[in-house]
Amino acid sequence: MFDSALNILTYLSQGLWTTVSIFLAAALFSYIMAFVAGLSRMMKNPIIRGVTAFYVEVFRGTSLIVQLFWLYYAVPILFDIHLGSNWIVGVIAIGLNYGAYMSEVVRTSILAVDKGQTEAAIALNLSPVQRMRHIILPQALRLMLPEFGNYSIQILKGTALVSLIGLTDILYYGDIYRSTNLSEGPMAYLMVLIMYFIIALPLIWLSKKGEKIARKGVAS
Amino acid sequence: MEPIVQYKDVHKSFGDVHVLKGINLDIRPTEKIAIIGPSGSGKTTIIRLLMTLEEPTEGDIIVDGQNLWKMESGKGMKKASEKHLGIVRNDIGMVFQHFNLFPHKTILDNCVVPLVNVRKMKKSEAVELSKQMLDRVGLGDKYESYPTQLSGGQKQRVAMARALVMKPKIMLFDEVTSALDPELVGEVLEVIRDLADNEDMAMVLVTHEMDFALEVADRVLFLDEGVIAESGTAEEVINESDNPRLQDFLRRFRGE
Repeated sequence: MFDSALNILTYLSQGLWTTVSIFLAAALFSYIMAFVAGLSRMMKNPIIRGVTAFYVEVFRGTSLIVQLFWLYYAVPILFDIHLGSNWIVGVIAIGLNYGAYMSEVVRTSILAVDKGQTEAAIALNLSPVQRMRHIILPQALRLMLPEFGNYSIQILKGTALVSLIGLTDILYYGDIYRSTNLSEGPMAYLMVLIMYFIIALPLIWLSKKGEKIARKGVAS
Repeated sequence: MEPIVQYKDVHKSFGDVHVLKGINLDIRPTEKIAIIGPSGSGKTTIIRLLMTLEEPTEGDIIVDGQNLWKMESGKGMKKASEKHLGIVRNDIGMVFQHFNLFPHKTILDNCVVPLVNVRKMKKSEAVELSKQMLDRVGLGDKYESYPTQLSGGQKQRVAMARALVMKPKIMLFDEVTSALDPELVGEVLEVIRDLADNEDMAMVLVTHEMDFALEVADRVLFLDEGVIAESGTAEEVINESDNPRLQDFLRRFRGE
């Protein structure tokens, strides 16, 4: 029993790097999209605001699997746009999807910073960019940390979908193992769960820490 | 002496509420003005318009010869751009009721950040100047503290130091003692008294500290229902006016 578990873990670990590398790249990409879209949605220019709102609502309002299939199977045929390998498509789809959600975290955190902070910054004649950079964003970032932690864990779990476009991640190897050792199916999937959980542990720890940071230091 | 600030028939409405109904006011360069009046009379709004925190609905505010909220364009005047506002409000400073210190920065950095970014001062000079100013308001031992570690009175003194290092020609005080515990009011008023006695800048105090206002102000304005109902020296406004609304306000204020 223990031997079998260890066996499975070793087998699954072939997919470890794919899962981790997709997670890291998709998380980074989604953070960037979150800030770009979150800030764009607060701009005065109605065209920038409109385009961003369209992006956010489309990606929040449709499912990640469908987006993944669109980018991988449909877009190349319809528009002759080839985004690259399935690894790149996976990163882009996950990053765009979670970036859309997280842009709302960025936007609402910025709005949550006390209005008096902006007023004090205006009274000191800081320019709009300086206000954002030195006064508002540093405080908003603290408010964002817990939600960013939560979404990072979601992104990790979301990476399991990339097995559907042929990437050899942890879940992919779990499926293969089960199909060749049918009686060990439950154990195989248990090990898959455990592996995802172990990778998520540092993220859980980080988001707890983020919550602590968010709680202190913002109120004046 | 030319006035440094002129309000010319300034109106302000918030939605349907007409808060200021034609303010005309000249502020001379070294003048200390106290604005008193019932709450909701528009006292705070007057100085917020000058600090560019609110935009007037009608009328002009002229600062040192320049129109604050309007600028020249090809055909007449148009709404001021952010850049125009930045130029004109450069000589104005403000202290707020709720301090509005930057909680993520030490009190030294609260002063240094605007000096470096707005006044384009070298970091070392900015630090030097900020320390001098914090010493002056009695916080020389707190440079590295964060705002949350200070009492309300200390926070308000930092806020004044932060406004002062910028060397404004006009300083606005928005009910700066209203949020303080009674025993902390004195230390803040002490700093304002020091400024009123020793600085050349114009000062406008919106306040409920009636006795204090009367003591430091060259001129007292009684604001009532959106207009300046009385204006004069403390003596004139308090003792010689027969405005019944003012008498009523003063009576209620003294709890009679």
